[in-house]
Amino acid sequence: MAGLMAALVLTGTLYSALSPAHATEEAIQSESSAEAAGRELYERSCITCHGENLEGVPTRGPSLIGAGEAAVYFQVHTGRMPLVRQEAQAPDKPAIFNDEEIDQLMAYIQANGGGPTLPSGDLRDGDLAEGGELFRLNCAQCHNFVGEGGALSSGKRAPSLEDANDLEIYSAMLSGPENMPIFGDNQLTPEEKRSIINYIQTVKEQADPGGAGIGRIGPVAEGVVIWVVGVAALLFGIFWMGSKA
Amino acid sequence: MARTATAPGVPTTPLGKAALEIDDRLIVAGPLRRTLNKVFPDHWSFLLGEIALYSFVILLLSGTYLTFYYDAAMTEVVYEGTYAPMRGLEMTAAYESTLKLSFDVRGGLFIRQLHHWAALLFVAAIVVHLLRIFFTGAFRRPRETNWLIGVALLVLSFAMGFTGYSLPDDLLSGTGLRIVSAIILSIPVVGTWVHWAVFDGDYVGEEILGRMYIVHVLIVPAILLGLIAVHLLMLVKQKHTQFPGPGRTEHNVVGNRLFPAFAVKAGGLFFIVFGVCAALGGLVQINPVWLWGPYNPAQVSAASQPDWYVMFLDGSTRLFPAWDINLPGNYTIPALFWPTVVLPGIIFTLLAAYPVIERKLTRDEASHHLLQRPRDVPVRTSLGMMALAFYIVLMFSGGNDVIAEKFDISLNAMTWAGRIGLVIVPPIVYLLTYRICLGLQKHDREVLEHGLETGVIRRLPHGEFIEVHQPLGPVDEHGHGQLAYGGAPVPKRMNQVGGARRAIRGFFSPIEEPARVELEQRRDEHGLSAAESRELTTSGRPSDGGRPQEPRD
Repeated sequence: MAGLMAALVLTGTLYSALSPAHATEEAIQSESSAEAAGRELYERSCITCHGENLEGVPTRGPSLIGAGEAAVYFQVHTGRMPLVRQEAQAPDKPAIFNDEEIDQLMAYIQANGGGPTLPSGDLRDGDLAEGGELFRLNCAQCHNFVGEGGALSSGKRAPSLEDANDLEIYSAMLSGPENMPIFGDNQLTPEEKRSIINYIQTVKEQADPGGAGIGRIGPVAEGVVIWVVGVAALLFGIFWMGSKA
Repeated sequence: MARTATAPGVPTTPLGKAALEIDDRLIVAGPLRRTLNKVFPDHWSFLLGEIALYSFVILLLSGTYLTFYYDAAMTEVVYEGTYAPMRGLEMTAAYESTLKLSFDVRGGLFIRQLHHWAALLFVAAIVVHLLRIFFTGAFRRPRETNWLIGVALLVLSFAMGFTGYSLPDDLLSGTGLRIVSAIILSIPVVGTWVHWAVFDGDYVGEEILGRMYIVHVLIVPAILLGLIAVHLLMLVKQKHTQFPGPGRTEHNVVGNRLFPAFAVKAGGLFFIVFGVCAALGGLVQINPVWLWGPYNPAQVSAASQPDWYVMFLDGSTRLFPAWDINLPGNYTIPALFWPTVVLPGIIFTLLAAYPVIERKLTRDEASHHLLQRPRDVPVRTSLGMMALAFYIVLMFSGGNDVIAEKFDISLNAMTWAGRIGLVIVPPIVYLLTYRICLGLQKHDREVLEHGLETGVIRRLPHGEFIEVHQPLGPVDEHGHGQLAYGGAPVPKRMNQVGGARRAIRGFFSPIEEPARVELEQRRDEHGLSAAESRELTTSGRPSDGGRPQEPRD
C-alpha cells in the first residue's frame, strides 16, 4: 500500500514537473513550418487584441476560435486586419501582409481554432440569373442593387463590392465579417454562392449601355446631374440669349 | 402705274389674294395680328417657364414613341430576351417590355433616357420658374389665378413623375409603389377604402399598372395640356409683367414682338432644351432598370429613392420620429401619416394660398404689372428663402444614406443633422436674407445719394485723402444726388455708366479688336471718359454737378 502510494506520488510529481514543458515542445514540433511562421506573424501583429490562445480580449477583439481560414483570408486580404484603431467598422485598405504571409496566418488559425475553410475551383461556376435573384434577395438591402454599397447605422456600412475579388466575396459570405450575417452552406449552398459571385462580377464588368454610369445608384446621382448639368446648361443658355437682346 | 392706283389694303400678289380668301372665311387677320404683335420682355428670367414648356413638348413626343413598345400588363412571364443576367427569371410583362424597349428596340434606350431626363428637367424648370415668379412678386393681383394654375401644374407634374417612375415595374419603382400604398393606408378612417379603390384590393393586385398607365399617358397629360393652355392664354390676356426701368410703366410692356424677334428666340431655346435633353439621354445613363431587377415584394435595395422632386417627402419620413398614435379599439395612426400626407398638404396649401396671404397681410389690393426686385421686399424674399431652406434640408435628408456612405459620415449623424437643421436652418436663412436685402437696399440709396465710387483717390491740399465719387444725376448744394430710387437696378460700377471704354462685344470670344475699339473711342471725344479725365484735375466742388465728386455728408 505504501509502495503504491509512493509510486503514485512520484508519478504525479514527475508528471507535474515534466509534462507541460514536454507537451508544448511536442505541439511546436508537430506544427508545420507554415503554421510556425503564421504563429510568429500572429504573435507580432494580432495577439494584442485576439489573445495568446485566440480567445479574444474583451473590448479589443473577438475570439478567433471557429473563425477559420475563410475569415482570416477576408480580413487580412482586404487590409481590414490588422486594425489601425478601434472605430465603428474596420475600413478596407491596402493589405499589409503578402499572399504567402496570409497563407501562413490562415494555416495557424485553422490549425488552432478550426472553422470554415476556403473553397476551391471556379467560384463563378453558377447560374447568372439565379445569382441576380439571390443577390437581390439576400444582399441588396445593404449592398445596394448591384453592390455599390450602402450606409448602416452609426457609421457602419455595407461596403461597395467594386474592388472585391471572387474569393473575398465567398469568404465574406462564409465568415460574416463586421455586421454581415454568416451565409453558411445551409442558407446558401456552395452552388448558390458561386451564382451570386458570378452575377456580381459579371454585372460589375459589364459596360453601361446608357452612357456614363454615374455611380449606378439611381435617383440621387440623377438629381445631382439634372441640376448641376441640365439646369445649369440651360440657365447659361438663357443668359446667353438675354445678352443678345 | 396701275399698281399704285389700287386702293390700299387690296392685295395684288397671288399670296396676298390667297390670304384674303382665307381671311374672308375665317376672319383671322385681326387676332393673328394682335398675337404676332404681342410684346415679350427680353429679360432672361422670362424664359424659365418656356424651358418647362419645351421639356413638356419633348415628353409628349418621346412618350408617344415609348407607348408603341410598352405593355402595362401585370401577367407573369419568363424572360428569354437579350439581357443575359435576367434570362429565365419570372417578371411582369410590363418589366419585360421595358427590357425589350431598352435592349431590342431601335433607339429605345435613348428615347427612354431622353424621356426620363426631360421629366426631371420639366419639374426642375417649373420650380425655377416658380421661384422667379415668387421672388419678383409676379403673382400679385391680377395674376393670382395664374399662380394657382401654376401650383396645380407643379402638383400634376409630381403625379406624372410618380406614375411614370412606377411603370417599368422594376425593383426600385415597385419599392416606391409599396411606399405609396403604405402612405394611402396611413390616412385615418378612409385610408383602407381609398387603397382598395386605387389598387382594386390589397397591394399589389393585378390592376394598378394598367390604371397608372392610363393616368400617365392620358388623364394627367390631358389636364396638363389644358391647364398649360389656360396658363398661356391668361398670360396673353393679362400681358407680361416686366422689371421697372426707363420707359417702363404699369401700362405698357417693353420688349420684342412675338414675330419675328421673339419667335426666333423661342425657337432657338426649344432647340437648346432639346439638345440638352438629348445629350443627357445619349451620354448619361438614367434609371438602368436592368440593374434594379424585376419587382419582388420580398426584395428591397439600400438607397431606394424617389426622383429628386419627391425626395423631400422621403427626407421628411426619414427625419420624423416613429410616433405611432395608438387609439383605443385597436386603431393606429401610423407615424408615416404626418410627414407624407399632412406635411405636403400644408406645404402645397401655403404655396397655393400665398398670394392671398400676402394680400391680406400687406393690404395691397392694387393691380401690379411692374415687378419688384427681391431686395425691395425683404420679408417676402426672406420667407421664400426660408421655405427653400426647409425644402432643401428635407431633400438632402431624402438622400442622407447615400451622402453618409459616400462621404463616410454616420447615418445617425445625418439624420440628427437633418432634424436639427430642419428647425434651425430656416430661421437663420430668414435672418441672413433679411440683412442682405437691407444691405443691398442701403447700397442702392448710397450710390444714388453720393454717386459711384470711381476708384480715384485724391489727396487734398491739407493732406486728407478722399475717393472721388461720380453722381448719377444732378446734385443739390451739398453734393447729394437728386435721383429717387425707382425699383430698377442702380449702376454700381463706372463702366456701367460709360466710365471706361465700352465693353468688347462677343459672348464666347471677342468679335472685335480691343485696339480698334480704343481708337474709335479716342476719336469720339464726347464720351464721359473724356470729361472725367478733365474733371479729375479740378477741385470737385459741389457746383460741378454731374462731374466726379468727393463724398460729403
